[in-house]
Amino acid sequence: MLHETVLRQHARHGSNAGQPLTRRDGVLKVTGRATYAADNHPEGMLYAVTAVSRIARGRVTALDVDAARAHPGVVEVITPANRPPLAHDPDEKMPPFGFRVEVLQDDSVRYVNQPIALVVAETLEAATEGAALLNPQYEAESARTGPHNGEHFAPPAIGVGAPPRTAHGDVEAGLAAAARVTEAEYVTPPQYHNAMEPHAVVAQWDGDRLTLDMPNQALALSCASYAAYFGIPVENVVIRSPFLGGGFGSKAILNGPHILAIVAARMLNRPVKLALTRTQMYGPVGHRGRTWQKLRIGTDSDGRLTALHHHALCATSSFDEFIEPAANASLPLYASPAILSEHEALRLDIGTPGPMRAPGEASGSAALEVAMDEAAEACGMDPLAFRQANYAETEPGTGRPFSSKALRECYTEGAKRFGWSRRPLAPRTMRDENGLLVGWGMGTAVFHCPHFPAQARATLRADGSALVETAGADMGQGAWTALAQIAAEALGLEPDQVELRSGISTLPDGGIAGGSGHTASAGLALHNAGDDAIARLAEIAVADPASPLFGAGNIGVVARNGRLHRRDDEGRSESYSDILARADRSEVIGTAKAARDPAVAEAHAMFSHGAVFAEVKVDPDLGQVRVSRLVGAFAAGRIINPRLVRSQYFGGMIWGLSFALQEEAITDRRTGRIMNADLAEYHVPVNADVPSLDAILVPEDDLYVNPLGVKGVGEIGITGTVGAIANAVWHATGVRVRRFPIRIEDLLVN
Amino acid sequence: MNRFDYIRPASIPEAVAAAAEQGSAYLAAGTNLLDLMKGGAARPQRLVDITRLPGLDRIEWQPDGGVRVGAMVRNADLAYDERFAGTFPAVAEALLSGASAQLRNAATVGGNLMQRTRCAYFHDLASACNRRAPGSGCDALGGESRLHAVLGWSEHCIATHPSDFCVPLTALDAVVEVEGPHGRREIAVDALHMLPGATPEQETSLLPGELIVALRLPAEAAAFSRNARYLKLRERTSYAFAVVSAAAALKIEGGAIRAARIALGGVAAKPWRARDAEVSLVSLPASPEAFIHAANLALAEARPSGDNAFKIELARRIVVRALTLALEGTPETMPALPASPLSMNPGVNHVA
Repeated sequence: MLHETVLRQHARHGSNAGQPLTRRDGVLKVTGRATYAADNHPEGMLYAVTAVSRIARGRVTALDVDAARAHPGVVEVITPANRPPLAHDPDEKMPPFGFRVEVLQDDSVRYVNQPIALVVAETLEAATEGAALLNPQYEAESARTGPHNGEHFAPPAIGVGAPPRTAHGDVEAGLAAAARVTEAEYVTPPQYHNAMEPHAVVAQWDGDRLTLDMPNQALALSCASYAAYFGIPVENVVIRSPFLGGGFGSKAILNGPHILAIVAARMLNRPVKLALTRTQMYGPVGHRGRTWQKLRIGTDSDGRLTALHHHALCATSSFDEFIEPAANASLPLYASPAILSEHEALRLDIGTPGPMRAPGEASGSAALEVAMDEAAEACGMDPLAFRQANYAETEPGTGRPFSSKALRECYTEGAKRFGWSRRPLAPRTMRDENGLLVGWGMGTAVFHCPHFPAQARATLRADGSALVETAGADMGQGAWTALAQIAAEALGLEPDQVELRSGISTLPDGGIAGGSGHTASAGLALHNAGDDAIARLAEIAVADPASPLFGAGNIGVVARNGRLHRRDDEGRSESYSDILARADRSEVIGTAKAARDPAVAEAHAMFSHGAVFAEVKVDPDLGQVRVSRLVGAFAAGRIINPRLVRSQYFGGMIWGLSFALQEEAITDRRTGRIMNADLAEYHVPVNADVPSLDAILVPEDDLYVNPLGVKGVGEIGITGTVGAIANAVWHATGVRVRRFPIRIEDLLVN
Repeated sequence: MNRFDYIRPASIPEAVAAAAEQGSAYLAAGTNLLDLMKGGAARPQRLVDITRLPGLDRIEWQPDGGVRVGAMVRNADLAYDERFAGTFPAVAEALLSGASAQLRNAATVGGNLMQRTRCAYFHDLASACNRRAPGSGCDALGGESRLHAVLGWSEHCIATHPSDFCVPLTALDAVVEVEGPHGRREIAVDALHMLPGATPEQETSLLPGELIVALRLPAEAAAFSRNARYLKLRERTSYAFAVVSAAAALKIEGGAIRAARIALGGVAAKPWRARDAEVSLVSLPASPEAFIHAANLALAEARPSGDNAFKIELARRIVVRALTLALEGTPETMPALPASPLSMNPGVNHVA
């Protein structure tokens, strides 16, 4: 496989990959002409609105269904009493990424904002009013809102099926032998999905065929899940996901409100639209769960790790498990003879957490990078020098080689650009010209490189252009621009000669747009489909006596600029359209299924890496913090589109800032209600918060991760950044804050 | 259904007559009221739209140097009025530190004076709130009360008033002109907003039907223009309500403080004028010790209403800082980040 990969690269001469093209859909979006899923209004469409619970735990004892039904325009009120049966038990998980969902299976309330009824009406206003008229009565039980009253348990698995405990070496022995041990607990808050585009679906039935317009990160998987819920063949489900206004993991997973909208459409035999309000996003669509993480780091007298113990207590719901794999952030990064990652879980009366941009890594890295800073401080070492001293040349614990790892270069390049070498070791020693405290901190960024099986089709057309197809998702980051570049390269065409169709489940399965793996996964499929189309075209040409390429079959041809060239004589070439015209063919179609070679995957550890450097300014008396500079240097294999990649890094770094200083769902400790479920009070950064950003694209060749050499860039920017900012705050103030987000009151010392 | 009447009066008397009825509310830009109506925390039975009333959108300078600002003047228009910003710089700075550019373009002077608390329990209909539903209780007490009041609160309500604008207005003895069923009267801004006591639902001293038609800043307030600042601590750099804020204004003559004005925001159900602190500074040479003493006086009666003891210390510190900055002098140009302690250099006009 590897050798084949290397050989194939000889046939790749396109200049498209690597170009900083702007988004193909950019003009549509900035002019408001991009049609999002909820912009669809099929004839006869009804509006559905969920009534949601305002208690966290208990039972709904009464709903005034009559009042809702009596409201003009209301067509139907769906409650547990009349919800038609589903073909799949919603209390059973649906593998691989399925969760239990709340679809009115009973009168129980498991969290705030859980759907407790669905009102369907001719207008959105009537449906909204109908939902308000239900006036639910509850039998409430006391809410479990924290470690003091939630049930602790040992989870069988974490994340999406990883083992809860991973041990390399003997951590206790390593700690016992250490010259110093630093130990602390770090707390991260619940964070909720706030994509610009809320979750929405327009559901239409035609007999037992279902069409869904919805933003979706995992088309094939979702089709299979919806088919199972509704007892229809998977091929009867079509999902159209034109654009996503942000996904971040929450649009990869089915949720109750969507299923209820589909139920309503079938029950009423009319199209139904449901769009969640901002507040309704705080419950049924996943969130980044709270964590309490304890780290113990042993170091010897030279500042080398003797043990790294990372224990994470992670909140999940009372009825399902998504355990942030936070402690696993400590597995791949630093060399230590003993590493122990373990997870414990806590049942709270909340919606089930789920993946949110860098699940596990974001929260885990936040704790790990602060803990590493504390260990460096204890050793009297510069934080960067400390990390370099503990650089993992091979994967810690397993000893597997990294498929590629330019982290050292990230450290060097980032530090240079930032000016790190001028950093004084001691905290609270730098001031700016206005007397503000200045601090510099850094953190290492890391994210794994999953690869999802994907398929694609490439059609070379008689006019010399191409159509490439794969059922992928563009979440706004420009995936379809990058994918078109990859396809164009394989086809020897310019991107504007390549039409990309995506975002519809009837196309070849483009895999999951998640785990930062979409460009690599769908891109490889497109690349291979392009190769296949070129190979088929070459077969026609080399067998045609009238072609200048006749007889070149053994020597091979090269595709470039819309022409096939003899490999041994570039002067002998023919255009795609001439080849097809003479063969009287309107098109030639290439297809591909692509996946990672399991043997290569088994033999290598595959991660993107980076180093983030932060400067903060802090008012010495008032505790107001502002991040004044962020520099990130990232190595993520081959870069298809540096403009879009830089933008991804910026987005991740800004989220890191948000994590460090702003985001938190404030949950009432008595009732479990989220008290700031709107964008006025749930803070994410505004423009004025975003400092000078710099993202350095460190070159990295990876021969193993996939034949394209592409890793992922979507999530890594958060990791490292949170810790870098927290460490900069410490360096500015001398105050070590171990609870996120860092607040003004944390810094009111002296 | 929250059915309500919508009335668009042609004159102030018509408006007053329409709004005198129980359950009425005036609608200006609606940046606060419409949100509250959508969420259900406000359910007026009658909206009296004053946006088209003539004559309420003027900034009029008085012969004595004071100013009269119509209730429908937009926040942004007032803040960017050069003469106003030069004469009452702390007020302009407060205006520009509030909300977002879009909201400031819409929001009005009268509306800002009448905005409701941001207490989450007031907005959450499932919570008990004496302010929203008299007698139901106060779920903010014992709840998530990090940002609640530390001054003037009662066991019936610990909410704060969210306005930035009203803080320097209170400090500068601003007055509102009110038209009501019984004619015209004036109310000092300091007397407009009420502390909760046992009747937190009574948020202002306006009587049913009374309409704020104008805001006046007296000529004496202009005397502070060279040493006046507004300072605001917040959890993001823009579009966030104050954790605590302070307006400070000084009149300095011959190195001594002739007069001082101090008010705090985010600490009580009303903008909190610190008169004892002001008096303590008069005739003293400006000094850190004097400022600290004044700050201690300003917070002398403060006590935490929940997880918010830090706000007392923070408020002391911001008083000291605001006085210090006022003493340094009003910046020549509006700071790039108005009211931010991190924006010490005068910069370009605020755009965020």
